[in-house]
Amino acid sequence: MLKIVEINNLTAKYPDVKALDDVSFTVNQGDFLGIIGPNGAGKSTLFDCMLNLNTKYDGIIKFFDKDIRKSKDYLREIGYVPQKPIFERNFPVTVNDVVRMGLRNESDENKIDEILQQLWIHELSERRIGELSGGQQQRVFIAKALVTNPKILILDEPVTGIDQQSIDLFYSILRELNSKQKITIIWSSHDLDAVNKLANHVACLNRTLFFHGKSEKFFSDDDLIKQYSEASMQEHMHHH
Amino acid sequence: MSLEILTYSFMHRALISGIAIAILCSVVGLFLVLRRYSLFGDAIAHSSFGGIALGLLAGVYPLWTAYGVSIVSALIITKVKDKYNISGDASIAVLLSSGIAVGLVIIGFSGGFTIDIFSFLFGSILLVSVDETILILALTGIILIVILSLYRQLLYSTFNEEQAKVSGIPVEKINYLIIFMAGITVVTSIQLVGVLLISALFVIPNVTAIMYGRGFKQTVIISMSLSVFSVVVGILISYIFDITPAGTIVLLSIGLLAATMGIKSAGLLSKN
Repeated sequence: MLKIVEINNLTAKYPDVKALDDVSFTVNQGDFLGIIGPNGAGKSTLFDCMLNLNTKYDGIIKFFDKDIRKSKDYLREIGYVPQKPIFERNFPVTVNDVVRMGLRNESDENKIDEILQQLWIHELSERRIGELSGGQQQRVFIAKALVTNPKILILDEPVTGIDQQSIDLFYSILRELNSKQKITIIWSSHDLDAVNKLANHVACLNRTLFFHGKSEKFFSDDDLIKQYSEASMQEHMHHH
Repeated sequence: MSLEILTYSFMHRALISGIAIAILCSVVGLFLVLRRYSLFGDAIAHSSFGGIALGLLAGVYPLWTAYGVSIVSALIITKVKDKYNISGDASIAVLLSSGIAVGLVIIGFSGGFTIDIFSFLFGSILLVSVDETILILALTGIILIVILSLYRQLLYSTFNEEQAKVSGIPVEKINYLIIFMAGITVVTSIQLVGVLLISALFVIPNVTAIMYGRGFKQTVIISMSLSVFSVVVGILISYIFDITPAGTIVLLSIGLLAATMGIKSAGLLSKN
């Protein structure tokens, strides 16, 4: 198995509390990794570090065997779908414009149509992004991430605030991308059921990594699930 | 009034420069408006006032000193804003007032040169020289080429900075480039509408064009067309009725904005 992401002893502070404490794990090519953990578990901080948006961390993050502090080339191989993309509602760009932003090479023009069709948003291509529903917007951002033919897709809680029908469609798209197009997926989610159905690996994060391995192992181990639920519950109580 | 005015060479220069400035301001202005930086043009223009006064005092062509002062101060204020985490509107206020303050102090030292200053405050497009026209065309050409060749990076980093970063776009450099281009555009446009009305050219055609609910390229084209229309018609009307071109141009573009709002309220445009 080809190791494509390797994280060693990652510790990050946000802003002065430890958001991640000595986290280490690897992702192999073709993995569908679900990262689960309660609010404030450090999932977004982990992604920020992996995407070079946060460089104030200790430890080593390697993509394709190269330290990301030394080379940013790995970013070309990544498609990133943020939690809730922020933009002005009346920003004058169509679906087509948004997907085109992801394009690095103008000659890949045909790719746009192909991906819009694959994601069921072809008919919306001339509509402004701000006019679409949350679920449709989410698919547009996946299209933008996919248009560069990424090897890895990173998604940060991508279904927050989206209706169930769109979520189902979204999950079936993810499954297809992973199984047919062999795209490695790293995906953070609150939805344990969905992670159980989709992911083949699970990383369970609560500032420290308390489980990383095959998803069957996690979901067949009642103790682990119980521990996870308790941690989530504590966090939940803490927040209220 | 006949078409005779179209045969005057000063009118040719005014119209050619005016059209170039109209196009330039609408394109550069669109990026500022979308970045919620609408008043930045105004702030640079006010800071250029200090530069103009400096040039007049030193006996140098005032727009050269204005270019220097406004670009440098715009870049400095952007750096300071990021470093000390000052909000966008507050940094604009600082830039705006410091330029005028410097200008006033210099004018005080020099004993005043009110007549020259007046043409910079309100523009003097009918007096634009051949050399100035060439300069305006050259700068417009250069900036448009830069924008066309970095189109994706400029749009992407304006749309969503974080995602643009992840896509490997040097967002910080692009931000400074936009500020730099805005500085050049503002000072170039001073001859058309003057220091006080610059932001109208940056903002109004773009706010209007955005209402048409189209994609990015179409929005740019609509904005340019509205801007060119206001400038050409404004220059002609102001000459015929002997009123100030700057005020006429700005009122025309406000008229187009109001008309667009009317069309939109009547439900003839998409809701967005």
